[in-house]
Amino acid sequence: MVKRKNKSWHWSQDVHQLFKKIGIKQVAYVPDGGLAKLIELCQADRSMRSVVLTTEEEGVAQVAGAWLGGQRGVLLTQSGGVGNCINMLSMIQECRIPLLAMVSMRGEWGETFPWQVPMGQSTIPALEAAKVIVHHVDLAEKVPETVNAAAKMAFDSNRAVAVVISQRISESGGKG
Amino acid sequence: MGLQTKTKFTLQRRKVVHRILKERGDAAVVTGIGNAVHDVASANDDPKNMYLAGVMGGATMVAFGVALAQPNRRILTITGDGELLAGVGSLATVGVEQPKNLSIIVIDNQAYGATGNQHTHTGRGVDLVGIAEASGFKQTALITTNKELENELPRIHGAPGPYFAVVKVLSKSSARIDAPKDGTFVSRRFRDAVAVEGI
Repeated sequence: MVKRKNKSWHWSQDVHQLFKKIGIKQVAYVPDGGLAKLIELCQADRSMRSVVLTTEEEGVAQVAGAWLGGQRGVLLTQSGGVGNCINMLSMIQECRIPLLAMVSMRGEWGETFPWQVPMGQSTIPALEAAKVIVHHVDLAEKVPETVNAAAKMAFDSNRAVAVVISQRISESGGKG
Repeated sequence: MGLQTKTKFTLQRRKVVHRILKERGDAAVVTGIGNAVHDVASANDDPKNMYLAGVMGGATMVAFGVALAQPNRRILTITGDGELLAGVGSLATVGVEQPKNLSIIVIDNQAYGATGNQHTHTGRGVDLVGIAEASGFKQTALITTNKELENELPRIHGAPGPYFAVVKVLSKSSARIDAPKDGTFVSRRFRDAVAVEGI
């Protein structure tokens, strides 16, 4: 994918377009700063249903239901929400239902708020313990291609895949 | 134990579930963990049943995801009070989203039947119908008799949802009926039967 560094570009635009292209119909999320632009783009798009959750595990269950009903969904969560998902991920593993998740990191790159650090440092080990394949990305330009690869593995190989977006990207404002 | 409900309920959970499912038509059913799996499987092992034999608290949101994907089909969640309580925030999410084709039926024995009938909060004053109504459900019912169940059947299967009912039943489990346990099998069989168009 071509690197774009013009000032107005944000990875969220490309990821939103990718969601449309691959037929994402349900977007389940808990509001989050690092994913705010993507969430806004999805909310404004009437070709997909954006659903606010009370806790992230609801979204794991919802996107499993979406697949059972013949649609594709995506879960958008901050790293702190990953801890809420662990038991629900057992359905994804036991049923081998595709899961595409995007996780924006806190408690990682240059964190200044100490309460974010414990879950942030546990996020990737927790995902991996729950047999979720993790694609970590720390450059904004690489986010769209990484989501594309993750979506292919999720929906075509029936696997759980999380794109973990480094705090380094959200700190830079998410631009290239 | 001051808030514990003294009322003795007489409905039998398995008969209730069988009566509801007799009228299911082409509805898809998502069960919660525990006795609900056995209650639903013992009626008929329909391919349009998704037995959740794990993920306590997940039944409502799995059914919600199916309901959004299948807007022209009725989706029933049949679950227990313990399971629903474990994901009670789901009622707020569903209440906000207002899916018209989703019915949630809680078979409420006021106990954790699978672990030795310990009390759940519903036997100690927590009102799930009240929580659903406060979360935005406009179609709700509390069912304690066969007559109330019969009267409610058309709404369970046809009211513009989201619909929510609590059926108070005897706190006595019926025989375990082995539903298919393998998740990959049950989920693919369900998807093949329910999803009109695969991706």
